[in-house]
Amino acid sequence: MLSFEARAEPSVRMRYLAPLLAVALTLLGGLVIFAALGKNPVEGFRVFFVSPLKDGYGVAELLLKATPLMLIAVGLAVGFRANVWNIGAEGQYIAGAIAASGVALHVDGASSYTLLPAMVVAGAVGGALWAAIVAVLKTHFNANEILVSLMLVYVAQLVVSWIVHGPWRDPEGFNFPQTKMFDEAAILPLLVAGTRLNAALVIAFAALVGGYLFLERSFAGFRMRVAGQAAAAARYAGFSSARTVWTGLLAGGALAGIAGMSEVAGPMGQLTDHVSNNYGFAAIIVAFVGRLNAIGILFASLLMALLYLGGEQAQQYLNLPSSISMVFQGMLLFFLLGADVFVYYRLRIGAGN
Amino acid sequence: MDATSLITSILFATIVAGTPLIITALGELVVERSGVLNLGAEGIMAVGAVAGFAAAHQSGSPWLGALAGMAAGAAMSLLFAVLVLTLTANQVASGLALSIFGVGLSAFVGKPYESVALPAVPVLRIPLLADIPLIGGPLFAQQALVYFSWFLFAAIAWFLYRSRAGLVTRAVGESPSSAHAVGYRVIRIRYAATVFGGAMAGIGGAFLSVFYTPLWVEGMVAGRGWIALALVVFATWRPLRVLIGAYLFGGVMIAQLFVQGSGLQIDVPAQFLSSLPYLATIIVLVAISRNPNKIRLNSPISLGQPYRPDA
Repeated sequence: MLSFEARAEPSVRMRYLAPLLAVALTLLGGLVIFAALGKNPVEGFRVFFVSPLKDGYGVAELLLKATPLMLIAVGLAVGFRANVWNIGAEGQYIAGAIAASGVALHVDGASSYTLLPAMVVAGAVGGALWAAIVAVLKTHFNANEILVSLMLVYVAQLVVSWIVHGPWRDPEGFNFPQTKMFDEAAILPLLVAGTRLNAALVIAFAALVGGYLFLERSFAGFRMRVAGQAAAAARYAGFSSARTVWTGLLAGGALAGIAGMSEVAGPMGQLTDHVSNNYGFAAIIVAFVGRLNAIGILFASLLMALLYLGGEQAQQYLNLPSSISMVFQGMLLFFLLGADVFVYYRLRIGAGN
Repeated sequence: MDATSLITSILFATIVAGTPLIITALGELVVERSGVLNLGAEGIMAVGAVAGFAAAHQSGSPWLGALAGMAAGAAMSLLFAVLVLTLTANQVASGLALSIFGVGLSAFVGKPYESVALPAVPVLRIPLLADIPLIGGPLFAQQALVYFSWFLFAAIAWFLYRSRAGLVTRAVGESPSSAHAVGYRVIRIRYAATVFGGAMAGIGGAFLSVFYTPLWVEGMVAGRGWIALALVVFATWRPLRVLIGAYLFGGVMIAQLFVQGSGLQIDVPAQFLSSLPYLATIIVLVAISRNPNKIRLNSPISLGQPYRPDA
């Protein structure tokens, strides 16, 4: 029989091996899914995981998709470390996109040197304000942040829908629910000509470095970690739990807001009611798979971006719905959570009684 | 529309809208009473909805649809149970994974069904009672699953407070180590509770796609799984309050239809009315959580904590 035996100490090696194991199992699961759908598994695998990266344009698309995921996930990691479960990043992303669009549409004649930074700030403030609602209700009324942040996702989706159907709708847009295209000055500069990869990647890398310094090298980051791993010890040490909640939510909200800005000022060039591509939820998976660690998040966001691109390829070449991406993303998180058992337990074969 | 028939139709719609919430939230109530926090209700409902719709469409029987939804919900929650009970994974993260996975899976599987509609399922009239003026129609000429939701409420209230098995389930949720010490199989009981809760959420989802709308649209669960979770907190883990709360939310959900259909000249964007159920959820959570002691005293003590018997 198989049985689990508790390890004396959590295995550090397994902490880093578990994500790799989860990736391997997800790839394997992919073969099974393609076979079950009656597709040639090898061909499916090639289309989904290999063909998106066949040229430079594909690599640029990968980095483009990874940008918002990195931004959001590193912000979420700050909160998750302290067990502040902000799962409403999708709503904060939308709030940031709306705020940044507001600046882009209503400031005339500014050069991009002033306009783009203003939009980044607006996005961050918009996302942070949306998250601040959660923080206020958590710290003052003890309301569960999981449910409140999630409810605000639906509200944000309805707000953006109202805005693009109503006040900000492009009068020349044939009644489509979208704003007019932003001026040139409100569009992020491209990093590589001929691709869609833009300067938001630089912001995302900066956020990763900042996140690394904050989480691993700062006292404030240490406080977050203590609050998460030993709440009683944090209280005893006098670390304010309200400050923990605020830090976690504002970091997550601001970075999700910047991610929203990077989408409207990047590949979209306008605000629509489809501004979010589920990035807010996918980033939760990125944060977990990346072990709530900036370097891990970098790799996890690239992997998740590949799953997005693979879904698009599968739609085009295998005639499968692109939502297959979400199936793979969910599977990845399942396998990771399952593989984590080996961090705390070792598998015994034949030793059970 | 005259006043009586307006009241009757509002009552009718409120009860129908509350039903999936009751079924899902009562299932989750049992899960949480056993000490397991399953945040995957939204994903389970989505998978239950698409499985129910597919089965009803293929077989032509709405009842097989409800059964398929139940089976799919049970399967999804079994996956969750293996993760959190056998592999002692983090319950919050695993529940989120289940929600994300379920919503994605339902969108993927449901693609071919997006353009088909099912025939409406006729209501089940209870003779005599259905003829009572005003309330007879809403209460006694309803979808069969509405009666099922009342039966479920009575059964769960009896189970939790009047049966030995219910007492054991609650004991496991309060103190798994004590329950283990007196010889109860904590993990096995939690498995049973979790799978039961998933089966109910699956029926709740199938109710939406097979009986309520009746069609499948991606994202049609629209947060009802999360609202059901909030309802359990709002109800401070008591079945009767789940029932009351679900009808309150049902009323909020259908309010917009009646405002829009009533011809009242209210200058409010439709999106604002649609956001009312979500805003109401937040307000209700704030109101009920304001007193931390109330939550602390009523929530199962071991809720969300992993447990592994040592010997």
